[in-house]
Amino acid sequence: MISVKNLKKVFGGNEALKGVSVEINKGDVMCVIGPSGSGKSTFLRCLNLLERPDGGQVIFEGDDLMDKHINLNQHRQKMGMVFQQFNLFPHMTVLENLTCAPMMLKKIDKAAAEKTAMDYLQRVGLADRAASYPNQLSGGQKQRIAIVRALCMEPEVMLFDEPTSALDPEMVGEVLDVMKKLAEQGMTMVVVTHEMGFAREVGNRVLFMDNGLIVEEGTPEQIFEHPKSERLQSFLSKVL
Amino acid sequence: MSAWFAKLHETFIETGYYRLLLQGLGNTLIMTLGALCIGVVIGTLIAVIKYFAEDVPALKPLDMLCDLYVTTIRGIPVVVLLMIFFYVIMTSAEGITVGIIAFGINSGAYMAELIRSGIGAVDKGQMEAGRSLGMSKVQAMRKIVFPQAVRYILPAIGNEMIALLKETSVAGYVAVVDLTRAGNLVRNNTYDAFNPLMAVALTYLLLVVLMSRALKKLERRLAKSDKR
Repeated sequence: MISVKNLKKVFGGNEALKGVSVEINKGDVMCVIGPSGSGKSTFLRCLNLLERPDGGQVIFEGDDLMDKHINLNQHRQKMGMVFQQFNLFPHMTVLENLTCAPMMLKKIDKAAAEKTAMDYLQRVGLADRAASYPNQLSGGQKQRIAIVRALCMEPEVMLFDEPTSALDPEMVGEVLDVMKKLAEQGMTMVVVTHEMGFAREVGNRVLFMDNGLIVEEGTPEQIFEHPKSERLQSFLSKVL
Repeated sequence: MSAWFAKLHETFIETGYYRLLLQGLGNTLIMTLGALCIGVVIGTLIAVIKYFAEDVPALKPLDMLCDLYVTTIRGIPVVVLLMIFFYVIMTSAEGITVGIIAFGINSGAYMAELIRSGIGAVDKGQMEAGRSLGMSKVQAMRKIVFPQAVRYILPAIGNEMIALLKETSVAGYVAVVDLTRAGNLVRNNTYDAFNPLMAVALTYLLLVVLMSRALKKLERRLAKSDKR
């Protein structure tokens, strides 16, 4: 579904990605782990070109996203993204947050967009907060809304950039539950995370990145039970 | 005391000069509001162009033009600008029209910076969230970023309006009878300097106090909507 070839990104002389290649298949739940500064967030942000790569290719459903002639905005509609800091729109109600993009970009009429939004809200248990503003919600609620906002565009892949890192510990579970359900429904997901439990339990593939490169890749079992590289072994001994 | 009242009556009422002052007040307000509108439009335009020029190379020349405009206007005293417009550029136009345009163009340069910093104050993640949903930069600006920037910009525009009100007092240089000019004419014709000038000063003061109050109220209301 997404094939990444020799991806490179430089920030002011600092190489954040030094040539990353990976194939993401339909139905994959790929978890990306690694120490901070390893380039995993940059890698994720390059997938929908929020960060423009300095080299390599990102091919999404056969189209090279770096090609100037393709309509990037249309491709982005099919790639939902969830941010560490939620980034809900504070000047809109929850319902407006959810219906804004589908109405504007997919020309769905208000009633239909609201119906879809309410269905999703129901599923994450937040239907009663439809009229609230983001600042009235807890962190966990905000992040669940942010996930729903992306889902309302009916994307084919969901990108998660450390979705639980800004949350109070007691709220991490409710967000991970939503993500787990999503994975069970067969959504293709790429998840940058520090939640090793989630990566092990929900992911079907795990990437370990360090220093701008993929150091090791495999099933959760291979990565967590039989780490091959020394770097991964020392990383796991610190976080587990 | 009664002598002073008699003097007031003589200076303003008997002569009918109060009408001149009212007319002057009207012109001052017209110029302030007109210039404010032009300033907001120019300022918004420049701020938006500069925002998009950051990653659209085609806008670079326009961006440089905006810089040139802001630098030039900020470096010229508004009276000089006003006279250039009246005596050189728009020689056949009426003073008040020239005033609105010159003060508007002047104010636009300051407004551009205010609006730009307002847009810059909105969290970068807001634009990213909009883009990640598939919005174009223009769509995300219009629907997501700008509405949030307004709450930072509005109070600053209020302050700019207060400054503008007082700036228009130089309109007399191009034969506009604004509040200041009207007061000066009354002084000249009645040989009473104290009362006309006091009347003018107090009117400005009153207007500024009223505008500041309205601004405070607005700020309080914006702060409240922040907390919701």
